[in-house]
Amino acid sequence: MELREYTLLGEKVYRQRLDNGLEILVDVRPEYGKQFAFFATRYGGMNLRFRSEDGHWVDTPAGVAHFLEHKMFDSEEGNVLQIMAANGAVDNAFTAAAITGYYFECTRGFEENLHTLLSFVSTPYFTKESVDKEQGIIAQEIRMCLDDPDIEVYYQLMETMYQNHPVRVRVAGSEASIAQITPEVLYRCHEAFYCPENMVLCVAGAVDPERVTALAQQVLPDTRGHLGQVDLGEQEPAAVSCAYVEREMPVSVPVFELGIKGIPAPAGQELRQQLVGELVCDVLFGSSAPLYTKLYEDGLINGNFGGDYEAVPGCAYLMAGGESRDPRAVRDAVVAEAQRLCRDGIDPNLWNRLKKAAYGSMVRRLNSLEDTCIELAQNYFRNEDYFHFPQCFQSIEWEDAKTLLEQWCVPERVALSVVCPVGTAGQERWE
Amino acid sequence: MERFHKTLAEGVELVMTQTKQFKTGVFSVTLTTPLQEDTATAYALIPDVLYRGSRMHPNIESLSAATDELYGASLGPAVRQRGESQSVGFQCSFIDDHYALDGMAVLEPALALVGEILLDPYTVDGVFDAEFVSSEGSNLADRIAARINDKRGWSIFRLVQEMCSQERYAVDKLGDAQRARAMTAEELWQHYQTLLAHSHVTFYYGGSAELDRVEQAITRSFAPLLQDRQAPVECQVVAKPEHEQVREVTDVLDVTQGKLALGFRTGGIAVNHPQLPALLVCNALYGGTAHSKLFTNVREKMSLCYFASSLLDKIKGLMVVSSGVEFSKFSVAREAILSQLEAIRQGEFTEEEMQAAIRSVINALVSRKDSQGLMEDDCVTTSLTGGDPTQVDDLAQQVEQVRKEDVVAVAQVLGLDTIYYLTGEEA
Repeated sequence: MELREYTLLGEKVYRQRLDNGLEILVDVRPEYGKQFAFFATRYGGMNLRFRSEDGHWVDTPAGVAHFLEHKMFDSEEGNVLQIMAANGAVDNAFTAAAITGYYFECTRGFEENLHTLLSFVSTPYFTKESVDKEQGIIAQEIRMCLDDPDIEVYYQLMETMYQNHPVRVRVAGSEASIAQITPEVLYRCHEAFYCPENMVLCVAGAVDPERVTALAQQVLPDTRGHLGQVDLGEQEPAAVSCAYVEREMPVSVPVFELGIKGIPAPAGQELRQQLVGELVCDVLFGSSAPLYTKLYEDGLINGNFGGDYEAVPGCAYLMAGGESRDPRAVRDAVVAEAQRLCRDGIDPNLWNRLKKAAYGSMVRRLNSLEDTCIELAQNYFRNEDYFHFPQCFQSIEWEDAKTLLEQWCVPERVALSVVCPVGTAGQERWE
Repeated sequence: MERFHKTLAEGVELVMTQTKQFKTGVFSVTLTTPLQEDTATAYALIPDVLYRGSRMHPNIESLSAATDELYGASLGPAVRQRGESQSVGFQCSFIDDHYALDGMAVLEPALALVGEILLDPYTVDGVFDAEFVSSEGSNLADRIAARINDKRGWSIFRLVQEMCSQERYAVDKLGDAQRARAMTAEELWQHYQTLLAHSHVTFYYGGSAELDRVEQAITRSFAPLLQDRQAPVECQVVAKPEHEQVREVTDVLDVTQGKLALGFRTGGIAVNHPQLPALLVCNALYGGTAHSKLFTNVREKMSLCYFASSLLDKIKGLMVVSSGVEFSKFSVAREAILSQLEAIRQGEFTEEEMQAAIRSVINALVSRKDSQGLMEDDCVTTSLTGGDPTQVDDLAQQVEQVRKEDVVAVAQVLGLDTIYYLTGEEA
């Protein structure tokens, strides 16, 4: 195995690419009592159209990646959750736009649990009966989300920011779309995206990396399989399709999400752009930046206000949201602040301390084995080495943030999504 | 990993875990006083008001600039209850010096900032800023009032209040909403002086620094606290119910799902008691995990409850069963819950159930050591309750040794004290 040492962070990661294409990353933490394993595929809610082994393009229903994740927990031996719990392990999974991940943590019987994890994720077992039953369960989950203003305001924003890119599609799908899912669809998606070369296994804790590799070789197929080629839609225009969208829901105060449609980072720059983007968020919306205090004192935002940088293959954007009686005023203030910063520059003391705070919180996250493994996996999928973030940080200057602000914070790239109280659509502001 | 426990003055102690496991250090200062109705509100409010500003950093913006400078240190007030004691103070987590890009020492300035916030507040006319006191007072009152929003938490809170109505344990650690709203700056200032002079002081540090260095930083930043003090830490364990009949209490609220909570005394088994490991296993077996008797039988097989689990207050010596039940099923659910305990008392459980319970307790105990925050709580609690905080890790080994007869013996001393029903207006 290859050993990479990161002296600034005091971390050691063993890596190996198996013959079947699977990448294994083991962050050895000898002092930890628990072990954590994360097994993920580069496949999520946005990967709906792909070319299958026979060369044909296949369109799959929205929500299939999430549905598949739920169904992977069925095995011929029974429900995997219960099998693992009996062995003292706690396991779970999640599906996002570009990734599906399965994980567990335990303090004993690590190898047995890892064996179970690798084997259930790589062994599809679907029946018509269980798929039908799951449709009912997921339909309920979807209905529950429809009542959630935070989720609604987010997808309303994504739909207006992106015209072609499937990041606009709900990860869980809709009741109508998941009704089209059959065992055959699930087998097909599993075959196209759960092949070892599309996956990564990240482990952290006091473990023997060689044993992890040996187990993966033993449990997983030897062959590479056939990875589906993904279509993410036509070229996405720079502008948002509509600058303002709103709908009514039973909320007491309007909920809003402000989006700034950005430019995806070129290959090899994704981690760096993420750090720059996060710093821009701290400068623009962060609680120790001047605009935040001003908006707070003017009663335009409350303690729920916050923002972040987001990116998936083919798109990158900034988002900030919360509750406000006047979301348009918040938007205007953010855009004006971006222009002011580009014009006047930033107080170097403020810039330096925001950088320090951002760096410190990234270091702090490494205390968590869960967060560490998920970051390692996501960065592997974009060909980045997450543990290079300290060097990346040191190379970032205000000019980088300014360039991003100048290119992104222009009116045609800004969209505002609002969920307002019932009977109040069309108002300018809410008192 | 090495642990230290040192007395800095009478009633002032330092507990420390030296380890290179983490990227961050954790520091806390805890002021402990007897939990009393007259002072609980003020003491709970003091850290919130202090956290609004110090003399050198007089507002939230400048305080947050100061924490940013320390590589984004996270700092916050804490109010905790341990038995009949109320602990208030601050916890701070900051990156280890080793990871600071500019080679700065973070430990000393971080402790200095906590010391400044605790001991050198922003004042107006010699007392707290009245605006800070009134806005934080109403925030605290809102938090107290919001307890009822979580019906499960509320049912446990109410059960314990009723069960311990003759003990000071029933006093809310956050105090009283009306008192919080009515608090004046002068009144709070008086309480603050009393708190500093008469509380038991516990400093905790977990991280890579040496004992000497931590002690020096404390001496520099907390000098006024390093004076001898007579400050008892109170915790009264009541071994068994003091009334023959089980008490029953019912509250009516506008709820659609009923809550049933049962409170037990643990026969005097609590922290630092030789039978504590067996009690932990007994609780896991009964209702502490997804494999427990309550979960598999009462919830899954009999479908009597939406949830049913048991939890321990191992400082006070209480076990509480908490469940969500349809109004019409209250009595059948209560009997089912009690019959599962009876089964354990009769030794009716398999070796597999026993081992799953032991595994889950050990897993939980071992995992706590991977969290600096939980380790802080364990060490401070142990030292406040008269235990040896350098020995907190021995518990997992003792759990390993627990045998079936130990669990049966513990189950037999559990004494049902009070039953609480939260029912709906339409029931």
